[in-house]
Amino acid sequence: MQVNNEFKPKIIAFCCNWCSYAGADLAGTNRLNYPADVKIIRVPCSCRINPMFILRAFQRGADGVILCGCHPGDCHYTSGNYFARRRMTLLFSMLDYLGIEKERTRVEWVSAAEGAKFAATMNEFVETVTKLGENKRLEDLRCKEN
Amino acid sequence: MQRELIERAKQLLADGTVSRVMGWKAGEFGYDMTPAVFASSEELEKDFRYDDFCEANLSKYMIKESRKEGKILVFLKPCDTYSFNELLKEHRILRENVYVIGVPCTGKVNANAIRSRGIHGITGMSCDGETVTVSTLYGEETVPKNEAMAERCQNCKSKKHVIYDELFGEEGEVTGAPRFRMVEKLESMTPDQRFSFWRKELSRCIRCNACRNVCPACSCEKCVFDNDASGVANKAAADSFEENMFHIIRAFHVAGRCTDCGECSRVCPQNIPLHLLNRKFIKDINELYGEYQAGEDLETKCPLTDYTKDDAEPSIIYQRGGNR
Repeated sequence: MQVNNEFKPKIIAFCCNWCSYAGADLAGTNRLNYPADVKIIRVPCSCRINPMFILRAFQRGADGVILCGCHPGDCHYTSGNYFARRRMTLLFSMLDYLGIEKERTRVEWVSAAEGAKFAATMNEFVETVTKLGENKRLEDLRCKEN
Repeated sequence: MQRELIERAKQLLADGTVSRVMGWKAGEFGYDMTPAVFASSEELEKDFRYDDFCEANLSKYMIKESRKEGKILVFLKPCDTYSFNELLKEHRILRENVYVIGVPCTGKVNANAIRSRGIHGITGMSCDGETVTVSTLYGEETVPKNEAMAERCQNCKSKKHVIYDELFGEEGEVTGAPRFRMVEKLESMTPDQRFSFWRKELSRCIRCNACRNVCPACSCEKCVFDNDASGVANKAAADSFEENMFHIIRAFHVAGRCTDCGECSRVCPQNIPLHLLNRKFIKDINELYGEYQAGEDLETKCPLTDYTKDDAEPSIIYQRGGNR
């Protein structure tokens, strides 16, 4: 039997309920391809994301985390994504400061009409993370399968 | 100075303005000043100290003290007043129960700064304002005071008291010392170098939580790290992830509220330069969202509870400085 040793990254995509989740849905109904390595977690708003969620995802074995929300100005709750934007900028900058590869984290604004953008973003992100390889710098050995 | 402060405190106790006094007294060693509450003029006479070794920031104690019966007198150094102001802004201190006396500060002597010069076996220290005389097991050494201070005092951000009821000495000025040099140095390293720098520092963490307990910005009644299910609540970090996670999250929780008082680094028993994490956030906030000094006033909104429509996109960090 042939064993496939090719590295498949685990990607967590936090998608806001109102825009990006619908965008992902649209990508699906349009039969657009994006890698199955992307696991979508639906959140009410991009500002629901606590920095701990992102670190927890890395702890549990994610190799990349992407946060998708409504375009600035289009937030269902008026201003949620503006706050998320500031928080994520600071958090990602801090991760970079600690020497964790900055390409593993990303924020992308995807509206409900942008199914194609969603698929393209995910393809691109998965490719980037695949090149980086396994997440070693922010891994929790206790959560690894032996 | 110490004499004047004791006299004034006794006066305020005697005329009933305050019922307790918060200041410093000698701890285990003569150079190790610890916070203390005094309830009578006898106690003040006996134990109260104010000298070049009084490093502790007393503002956080006011959260609990201001809720007790009677008014309390507290002595605050210039940088402590920023923390006090920030706590007031967050409605954590009952202002009417605190009487603030601003005390001048010319920088405080730090025992670790002296040890880092290779002076060990310290048995006692004294300071005349210019030089520190250190008696050790191996004889006496002298160190100029400005070299015997912690980094936060060498690059003192402000000599100005931003809040007080009464002030000893003259009103100082905001000095704006260059405090981001080390952060800049780290930023200019490659990610690999940065990673090994922080791994070396953070792996010493013993999760004693002293940084959290002393931090005036960490004043939540319930702390996320006390949750056993958080995955980072072990008393001894079981995994490198815990050390990273704890310090990233702690720094993030105080981002925009940290006044850069440097208490976290002072109390760290492992001498981890924790203030460098907070300063990174301060530097980023200053660069991306405009200059902001937490605790400077009571009105300005904290940068993380505010936004503008044309803030920088998170992708800015991919373009910005540093080696890849």
